[in-house]
Amino acid sequence: MSIDTQISVEDLKRTFPSPDGGEDVTVFEDIWFKVEKGEFVCLIGHSGCGKTTLLNILAGLDAPTSGGVIVDHEEVTGTSLDRAVVFQGHALMPWMSVMANIAFAVTSRHPDWSKENIQKHCQKYIDLVHLTGAENKKPSQLSGGMKQRVGIARAMAIEPKIMLLDEPFSALDALTRGSLQDELLSICYGTSQTVFMITHDIDEAMLLADKIVLMTNGPKAKVCEIVENTMPRDRTRANMHRHAHYYPIRNHLIEFLVNRSAQFEAELSSKDYDPRHPPVTRPGLTKPSAAVAQATDAPGGETETAVQALA
Amino acid sequence: MTLSLRMRAAVLSVVLFLAFVAIWELAVISNSGGSGVTGMSAEYAALMGATAKGASAMPGPFTVGEEIWKHLSDPFYDAGPNDKGIGIQLGYSIARVFVGFVLAMLTAVPLGFLIGMSPLFYRALDPFIQLMKPVSPLAWMPLALYTIKDSTISSIFVIYICSVWPMLINTAFGVSGVRKEWLSVAKTLEVGQFRTAIRVILPAAAPTIMTGMRISISIAWLVIVAAEMLVGGTGIGYFVWNEWNNLSITNIIAAIFFIGMVGMLLDLGLAQMTKLVTYED
Repeated sequence: MSIDTQISVEDLKRTFPSPDGGEDVTVFEDIWFKVEKGEFVCLIGHSGCGKTTLLNILAGLDAPTSGGVIVDHEEVTGTSLDRAVVFQGHALMPWMSVMANIAFAVTSRHPDWSKENIQKHCQKYIDLVHLTGAENKKPSQLSGGMKQRVGIARAMAIEPKIMLLDEPFSALDALTRGSLQDELLSICYGTSQTVFMITHDIDEAMLLADKIVLMTNGPKAKVCEIVENTMPRDRTRANMHRHAHYYPIRNHLIEFLVNRSAQFEAELSSKDYDPRHPPVTRPGLTKPSAAVAQATDAPGGETETAVQALA
Repeated sequence: MTLSLRMRAAVLSVVLFLAFVAIWELAVISNSGGSGVTGMSAEYAALMGATAKGASAMPGPFTVGEEIWKHLSDPFYDAGPNDKGIGIQLGYSIARVFVGFVLAMLTAVPLGFLIGMSPLFYRALDPFIQLMKPVSPLAWMPLALYTIKDSTISSIFVIYICSVWPMLINTAFGVSGVRKEWLSVAKTLEVGQFRTAIRVILPAAAPTIMTGMRISISIAWLVIVAAEMLVGGTGIGYFVWNEWNNLSITNIIAAIFFIGMVGMLLDLGLAQMTKLVTYED
């Protein structure tokens, strides 16, 4: 484990009892990947591959059947204030105001702080997510996008080492989603926050992530490969699509979601796949002609760009 | 010009009330002309008063109105054990309901929390609750009188036993139904169990708990009248029974009116408190 590795997922497996009393269902197994300090990692996969379960295990809300997660050289055995979660459905307490929701989190982090101190600290994060003026509103008075902003502010206000986001924008309309993505990007890069986020939106992953972990379909989902985002970090939603790497990466991801995620078993036998070191690819660095060919090619056509993980 | 729905409903209410009073008055007048019973001893006739002359004991609405006004203008007089103002009688009943209700609340809410949070306790206590819940609270009265040997405490016990179930069941239901993601938030923030119970579970379940309290107070007010008829002494239930023995239908109808009013106010009070803890999701 290198000095900069913040999260190391090792041989993770989670099974659930079968609903009809038969054999246990394995949602995912053999999951290995790492997240470095300050890195933004997105996990993409179809629904049913256990993305939320995986995130809950990282958060300490759920326990793996076997294997484990190591965060800062310690195994995760429960929840921690060092790992903040932004939930899919915002999960704000509807009887508390915006301020009280965030203050609830801050008081948990700093039980010894005075009321004024907590208030000041909360205000900083309310301003950060552009909700100044809505401090005393109840969640029911806010739009979906504003609610999720509060959810993000609540997670950031405890100044965690790692932020875990579970499809935070999936319930929002496209315009709101776009502006929230931009905000999250600037906040996270400004603070070099380590982020692990689940999504099923390719453009969201390409905009936000340094590394995109691709998961195959469940049951028995695995990490198929890890795609490195080779576009510069100062990319924005407005200029990203003009970058030369944009379409090769995008085509590669679509190819994965549409075809490869379901046919991974066949792909497995065609090359030596090591779950401990899932192949790392940089589709952005392939020649444009190759990228177009690759989108129409049979699965496994990108082997020439695959680089074995060195970690 | 069309009146608002509220105004139209109010007008209709008044019309219905006037029609009710008119029919009542007409029914009483047409009944009062009956011939007297012949061959009655003079002594018995004196005891029976107007009824002996064939008049019905059923009063008209204006007699009842007058009686209600009389009670309202002097509600707190005390002229001996069988002649107390309606305010004093209602006060006794309200006090018993209040004490029984508060004691029930103090047991039902913590126990409901336990049942709601622990599937083990839920399953273990469920058979007892299911068995005890349908028992009429008055069935407990003889047992209470035998063991407690005090009529007032016995009627409080009966109120307690009838108030406890709706609060217990609603608290357990509200607590077990708290959304998992709110508990996950508390867990990821490493909030302790006690603070989670006070800051998350209690406010989340509060509307359901308050609904249970509202059901309880309504049942308690129904039961206290019957309980006081049984144990006697004081209270609005005893007042009704006493007036039945006096054959004062006027006072019985007045008492029915007051019982209804107090019940309505109790429910209204709890409805207002429910509003305070209700949240919009």
